[in-house]
Amino acid sequence: MVMCMVMCMVMCVVMGVLVRVLVMVGHHGILSTPARAYGTGARPGTPALAAPAPISHTGLMYGNDVIDPNEPLNAAETDAYDAAAAHDDQRDGSDAVGDDFDALIAADQRIEPRDAMPEKYRETLIRQIAQHAHSEIIGMQPEGNWITRAPSLRRKAILIAKVQDEAGHGLYLYSAAETLGIDRQELLERLHDGRQKYSSIFNYPTLTWADCGAIGWLVDGAAIMNQVPLCRCSYGPYARAMIRVCKEESFHQRQGFEILWNLMRGTEAQQAMAQDAADRWWWPALAMFGPPDTGEAAKGGHTEQSMAWGIKRFSNDDLRQKFVDMMVPQAEKLGIVLPDPELRWNEERGHYDFGEIDWDEFWQVLRGDGPCNAERITHRRRAHEEGAWVREAANAYAAKQETRQKQKESAA
Amino acid sequence: MTEAPERASERSWPLWEVFVRGKRGLSHVHVGSLHAPDATLALRNARDVYTRRQEGVSIWVVRADDVTASSPAEKDSFFDPAADKIYRHPTFYDVPEDVQYL
Repeated sequence: MVMCMVMCMVMCVVMGVLVRVLVMVGHHGILSTPARAYGTGARPGTPALAAPAPISHTGLMYGNDVIDPNEPLNAAETDAYDAAAAHDDQRDGSDAVGDDFDALIAADQRIEPRDAMPEKYRETLIRQIAQHAHSEIIGMQPEGNWITRAPSLRRKAILIAKVQDEAGHGLYLYSAAETLGIDRQELLERLHDGRQKYSSIFNYPTLTWADCGAIGWLVDGAAIMNQVPLCRCSYGPYARAMIRVCKEESFHQRQGFEILWNLMRGTEAQQAMAQDAADRWWWPALAMFGPPDTGEAAKGGHTEQSMAWGIKRFSNDDLRQKFVDMMVPQAEKLGIVLPDPELRWNEERGHYDFGEIDWDEFWQVLRGDGPCNAERITHRRRAHEEGAWVREAANAYAAKQETRQKQKESAA
Repeated sequence: MTEAPERASERSWPLWEVFVRGKRGLSHVHVGSLHAPDATLALRNARDVYTRRQEGVSIWVVRADDVTASSPAEKDSFFDPAADKIYRHPTFYDVPEDVQYL
């Protein structure tokens, strides 16, 4: 019952009002330390994740458009980032190329909400941003499942903060989608009746506590790899939302790594639990990058057009390869064996070779036949319906206040 | 009582634009938008959505409907008056190189 209530609260967050509830929970006693205090200590022997101290999660650097969007992100200091940043060098925001959509795209300038744009560009962005937003709020469920059962108060506080971040990411993204002239209510309806999708990864269950570690490490790791290039997306509001999201995701990935790091140094049962979670999440995480889209497979998909429009910067296959190359050394550090007998360094290519992904499973889950598809959408719909009275009450209160204000003004 | 065309709750709350002052000495900067039924909740939601990591010391919220914006279509003519007055820039003026503090 308590878990049920927490989940309802968590799932209502997207409608705004109850964000406060979680924040209040998060401000008790020892939790009043800023969340970043948990993530700043350098982990021994994890060079790939060791962040420069202090982490720049502060006002000056973060979250505002006052920052130069081309400044490095701490979220993912990877080749993908460097390449995207280099790609961006010519963008100076100058008006030299005028307002023509094609000229702006050719000059690698950003498109802003009221600029003229092809209808297809608008539709593609609405679909992509909405799917991204839906993934964030559905993604609250698998981990929200563990809030009441987190093994310590510290873990519980972190998990609440993380799940709240997912709600926040959903809101940034819905806000970006709305600049394209669509209402959030409409997007939620499309999610609820299945017309729009969310990432398949969230249709897998979180069976053990170690799954929270595996999600942070693998799923959020893959998400960062996907999202960092989106910080350079041609559509301004989406790119700005992604900068914010990427900075927050780096805490998510590090806390996941830390969970597994601790389990792998624990008892045999704890180590087995961590290994089991990695076994179950590795392949779905690789599938997160989407179906193959290079070589023969490039024909007919969205990738080519999205790359021409500067919405997408790298192919699914490139990002997946970069992800594998990044994760193998981290798995070795953890002492986790990745569940792929074909995984080995290829000197010639300078990359890790890896086995075949089960795309039949991917399509099956995408079509709705995954382990948790029905549960996720049912829960989302229920949370929305059960939050209706909150939205109605807030409307009624706002209307009453407005009437009173008008009466006061006319009396004066 | 006539039936309303849609339930009140299914009407989206109005959209608010959010401006955050990152720290003392900086101006408020637009960071995004959100939905809220009234100004008080818009402020609170803005705090929770846009300043979870101490990104701000002050927030403004403005009803999106209340913002009047210049039109991108008229951008050229609208900003044209500034285009041909390069004498407003200090670099316009020819001065000898050996004059100090100028």
